[in-house]
Amino acid sequence: MELIDIIWVIVKAVIVAVSLLSFSNLAVLAERKVSSWIQGRVGPNRTSIPILGAIPILGTGLTRMGLFQPVADGLKLLLKEDPVPAHVNKFYFFLAPVAAMIPAVTTVAVVPFGQMIEDGVAVPIVLADLDIGMLFIFAVSSLGVYGMILAGWASNSKYPFLGGIRSSAQMISYELSMGLSILPVFMWANAPGVESGLSLFSVVQNQQFVWGILFMPISALLFLVSIFAETNRLPFDMPESESELVAGFNTEYGSFKFGLFFAAEYAHIIVGSGVFAALFLGGLHPLPFNPMGWELQPSGLIGAIFSIGIFLAKTFFVVFFFIWIRWTLPRFRYDQVMKLGWTMMLPLAVVNLIVYAIIFAFIDMN
Amino acid sequence: MAVKKIERKPLTLAEKSYLPQIASGLKITLKNIFRPTVTLQYPEERPEIPEGYRGVPTLVKDPNGREKCVSCQLCEFVCPPKAIRITPGELDEDSDNAHVEKEPQEFEINMLRCIYCGFCQEVCPEEAIWLQDTFSVSGYTREELVYKKDKLYELGGTLPDNHHKWDKKKAAEESGNPH
Repeated sequence: MELIDIIWVIVKAVIVAVSLLSFSNLAVLAERKVSSWIQGRVGPNRTSIPILGAIPILGTGLTRMGLFQPVADGLKLLLKEDPVPAHVNKFYFFLAPVAAMIPAVTTVAVVPFGQMIEDGVAVPIVLADLDIGMLFIFAVSSLGVYGMILAGWASNSKYPFLGGIRSSAQMISYELSMGLSILPVFMWANAPGVESGLSLFSVVQNQQFVWGILFMPISALLFLVSIFAETNRLPFDMPESESELVAGFNTEYGSFKFGLFFAAEYAHIIVGSGVFAALFLGGLHPLPFNPMGWELQPSGLIGAIFSIGIFLAKTFFVVFFFIWIRWTLPRFRYDQVMKLGWTMMLPLAVVNLIVYAIIFAFIDMN
Repeated sequence: MAVKKIERKPLTLAEKSYLPQIASGLKITLKNIFRPTVTLQYPEERPEIPEGYRGVPTLVKDPNGREKCVSCQLCEFVCPPKAIRITPGELDEDSDNAHVEKEPQEFEINMLRCIYCGFCQEVCPEEAIWLQDTFSVSGYTREELVYKKDKLYELGGTLPDNHHKWDKKKAAEESGNPH
C-alpha cells in the first residue's frame, strides 16, 4: 500500500469518527428536545453564542432549536473540575472510560452508510467492507461492557459495583438472542451460489427487493430489543437505573471522564441504530417494497450523497425511536429483565432460526 | 365478611406478548409530541394571576392621585411578623389635600419579613394597602428588600375608589355642614 493510500484511509477514518461523535452530541440534544416535547415542555432554547446567536432569524432560530446547547454541554464537561475519589483503583478508574469509548467508535468502521454506483457496479461507502462484518461488530461492541464493569469495580463503592454486575449479566443474557436473531438474515443473504459472508453491505444489497423487517419481523423485533439491552437504554438501563443505583456504574465519575461515558453511550446508540437500519430497514434502499428491483439511485457523487442521506435518515429515525420508547415504557425490574432474556427472547430466537432455516431449505430445494 | 370472587379472564397471547400495549403506549406519547406545551417561557410569558391573589402588599392612590393611607398605623400593629414600619406625618397646610387627616412620612415594608397573610389589607380602614399580583421579589442586599414608600406606590398604582370619603368631607365643609 502506498503512503498516500494510508493517509487517505486515515483521513476517511477521522472524518467518520468525528461525524459519529458530533452526531452523538446531537443525539444528546435530540434526547433532551424529544423528551421535553413528549412531556409537554419546550426543551433547551436559551443557550446562544454571542455574535452568531444575534443574527436575526438564523441565529435566533438556532438558539430556539437549542443547537448551541451541545457546545455548551461539551464545554462544561471539559472545563469542570475532574475529581478522583481517594478510594478508587486509579489505573482501572482511568482506563474504564477509554474502554467504553473505543468499541463505540470502532464498530462504525464496518457499517456501510452509502454506495457509489460506478459503471453499473455498486461500491459500498464504508471504512472497511469486511467479510466478517457482523462478527466484528459483535466482537467489538460487546467489549464495551468492559468499560462499565471496570468502572463499577474500580470505583470501589456499592452502587457502581451493582451497576457493573448488572451490566455484565444483562450483556451475557442478550448477546445470545441478539446473535441468534440475525442468523436468518445472513442465511437469506448467503443463498446458494452467493459468497457474501457476514458482510453488512451484502445484506443491504440483498434488501433491494424487500426490506428485512417485512420479510423477518420476528428477527427484527428480537434484534431491536437486544440492541436496547446492549446499549443500556430504557427500559433496560439496569447499569444506570438512576432511581435505584444513584447513577450506576458512573456514579464516581465526573467531568471529562463522565463525558466519555456519556458520548460512548450515545455513539453506541447511533451505531446500533445504523446496524439496525442496515440489517432490517434496507440500509440505503429508499423503498420498503420494490419487487421490480428498480435502481432509484443516480450514479456518481450525487447518488452517493443521496444514499448516505437515506441511510442517515433511517438511522436518525431509529435513534428517535430509542428516545420515544424511553418515555413510553418504565424500567423493568432486574429479575424481569433476566426472565425476558432467558425464557422469552432466547427460545423465540431459536425457534425463529429453525423456522427460517426450514423455509430457506425449501426455497433452495426448488 | 363476604368475599367476592372475581373471575379474571386469562390473558390472550397478544396481551401476554405485551406488544399491542407497547404500541398503544407509543401512540399516546407520539400524540403528546404534537400537543401544545403546558409550560410558560417565564420571563417573557407571565402566568395569569387569579383574582384575590395575595401577592406583595402595596400602597395605592385614589383616583385624584392622593395617597390613601392616613398613617393610622393599624397595619403596623396587626402585622404578625412586624414587617411594616410607619412614621406618621402632618400634611402641608397649603396643599390641596389639607382636609385629609394625615399622611405617612415614611412607610416601610420589609419584604424579607412579610408573610403575605393579608391582615394589613383586612384591617386598613382606608383601603389603602392591597396585596396585589406581584409575586416575585428579588434583590441583592437586605436593604434593597425593605420597600420604601415610593416603591410601594409604584407597585400599587391607582385603584378605583367607591367611597370618595375625603371628597365628600371637603364638600360638606365647604357647604358649612362639617358633621
